[in-house]
Amino acid sequence: MKDLLASKTRTIALSLAFLVLVLMPPFYSSYWITLLTQMLIYGILAMSLDILIGYTGLSSFGHAGFFGASAYVVAILSTRYKMGFVSCLVGGIGVATAISMIFGLLVAHATGVYFLIITLALGMVLWGLAFRWVTMTGGDNGISGIPRPDLGLPLSLKDPLTYYYMILVFFLVCLILMAIYVRSPFGHSLKGIRESESRMRVLGYHTWLHKYLSYVSAAAFGSVAGVLWAYFDGFISPYNMDLTASIEIILMVILGGPGTLVGPALGAGIIVFLKNFISAYTQRWLLILGTIYILTILYAPQGLVNLIRDWLKGGEKKTELKGIV
Amino acid sequence: MKKGWLMICLGIAAISLIIVPPTAVFAQGKGPIKIGFISPLSGGMAANGKDMLTGIELYLEEIGYQAAGRKIELLVEDDEANPATGLTKTRKLVEKDGVHLMTGGLMASTAYALAPYIDSKEIPTTYPIMAADDITQRKIPKWIIRTGWASSQPHQPFGEYAYNVLKFRKVSVIAYDFAFGWECVGGFQKVFEDSGGKVLQKIWVPLTAQDFSPYLAQISKDADAVFAVFSGRLTIQFTKQYKEFGLKAKIPLIGGGTVTDEHALPSMGDEAIGIITPLHYSEVLDNPANKKFVKAFREKVKKAASYYSEGTYTGARWIVEAIKAINGDVENRGKFMDALRKVDLKDVPRGPMKLDNYGNPIQNIYIRKVEKKGGELQNTVIHTYPMVSQFWKYKAEEFLKQPVYSREYPPLKP
Repeated sequence: MKDLLASKTRTIALSLAFLVLVLMPPFYSSYWITLLTQMLIYGILAMSLDILIGYTGLSSFGHAGFFGASAYVVAILSTRYKMGFVSCLVGGIGVATAISMIFGLLVAHATGVYFLIITLALGMVLWGLAFRWVTMTGGDNGISGIPRPDLGLPLSLKDPLTYYYMILVFFLVCLILMAIYVRSPFGHSLKGIRESESRMRVLGYHTWLHKYLSYVSAAAFGSVAGVLWAYFDGFISPYNMDLTASIEIILMVILGGPGTLVGPALGAGIIVFLKNFISAYTQRWLLILGTIYILTILYAPQGLVNLIRDWLKGGEKKTELKGIV
Repeated sequence: MKKGWLMICLGIAAISLIIVPPTAVFAQGKGPIKIGFISPLSGGMAANGKDMLTGIELYLEEIGYQAAGRKIELLVEDDEANPATGLTKTRKLVEKDGVHLMTGGLMASTAYALAPYIDSKEIPTTYPIMAADDITQRKIPKWIIRTGWASSQPHQPFGEYAYNVLKFRKVSVIAYDFAFGWECVGGFQKVFEDSGGKVLQKIWVPLTAQDFSPYLAQISKDADAVFAVFSGRLTIQFTKQYKEFGLKAKIPLIGGGTVTDEHALPSMGDEAIGIITPLHYSEVLDNPANKKFVKAFREKVKKAASYYSEGTYTGARWIVEAIKAINGDVENRGKFMDALRKVDLKDVPRGPMKLDNYGNPIQNIYIRKVEKKGGELQNTVIHTYPMVSQFWKYKAEEFLKQPVYSREYPPLKP
């Protein structure tokens, strides 16, 4: 009975998601389409951080740095050098991944609170670079006027709906790639590190390398979101990659459910929606958002998706996630 | 299984209700005129943002939210002083709420962030506060005019004043390390040096600074005066530490308009007395429009009227005059935009103002000195430069050939 309920919930959730994300958008107003686009882009970003938080058990406080780095690369290449979509995409992901490869050397040996502090500092380094390297990044003013890509198709990506479907494709591709990644033997060894790094080391795993690769791959997927965001917003500034931005991504992961991939995407959707929606009704919207965060930590620290899963299993087995929050 | 399908149908129905707009949104009849407004209502800049909101509300209350026979609706959003949020909220106001006009915004970075989007949506927009020079100089958007000021506008005449009247020859600069600071300093330095003076050093302080000691220690002993640009918390802290360092007794302090603006002045002590700054407004300007405004403002929120509140108050008047000029036909955006460019006001609190060909106001610049009268600090006007353009006495074409004022421009002279 319980299993039936669980599978039924899955079907319902999937068909609802399919309807809302694939079938219905042509009927939404342009505002809701842009909101959904934002949710999906942040969804990719939150899922990429989930590789680190949920699967490897490492909380990074500098993830927005990679998002910002790739977005800046796109902004600079497309406005100053008039480069096309493919070179911007490759450039953005390439640069952010290269940065993460260097940073990874510094962070991969750390765990717990040390990992958190080092990633925080490195995230601030990227932020500081965006803020102070004025000739390249425009400093505080950021870079505006990034044109939507022209793919040479008959469809214009300036149209919110077309751009939305492009983002949806990217979202699904990233989701599938990440799902394969975390279900692979490599992904399982990451989970092993999450549960007990010393045991994995004794078993003969090169845990430093695993953590290094996990960090780099999270950054690479996160940078995809950065590229898409730069084109979506047409604007990038240091505010997109400061500490607040990094913390927000962590909250998306925690709210949705670490270690589930779809959970963080859901969390991203909820937070983007709340940020845009409540603020129209009250000036105290940050208070409401804060309350939601606190309630999540108190009553659903395992995240919404895990909460529902546990509930469907009849509370027999609580999902436990060590060393995350 | 049946239950599952029922749930799916219900879910779709619920989501469609939320997301799909009723057709009424598309078919806009002659409903109210919607004005979208953004300003920081939370975070470190919230005090300034709230002053802005009070200003626009005050004027709209005065006219009973009515113009040219149509109701005016004000839609307010919080931009957290973050350009990315400002853009998101503007998008919401334009695409979801269907506003006829956008206004507001505080940070210079927000000014640049919004411009491409505004132009792509062709929404008439006014900037009552955001002062980024290039919005009306080198990167002029089609659909935006400014009813506020350009950052360098008051500081250019002040450069001349500092040399000719205050007789300073060598000045040290300490200012915000972002576009607003650079542009204020650039305007001052350019004219001060063209007059014959010399800027000895430029000390840049990040927005996040907690303590001024390391910066104050760098100030040259040879300076005749120190030119500072800060606002909000930092200007209060700066003037205080400037005195504590014993500098106030040795080197006179002058500064950008926001240093002694009324948003911060009531929180300052006697250390502020004697600071000389330029701006296009002072709370104690002696004209009937200003007296009426200040009285109403002080009654409404029990605090001093700052240039932020005068900016949106006059900005709202500007918008309403344009609405009247086209008999409320704001749906005709091109006509509305033309009307916004043509407004010419003689009797607003700050004095007369009209737009130049680049969309920036030509207006009086007041040189103000902080004095204590009746137990309260105030910006007493000691000199007025009438009808100053953003290009000061330079020819616009030649002025625009130089780069926008920045951390590197104008460079320090050897």
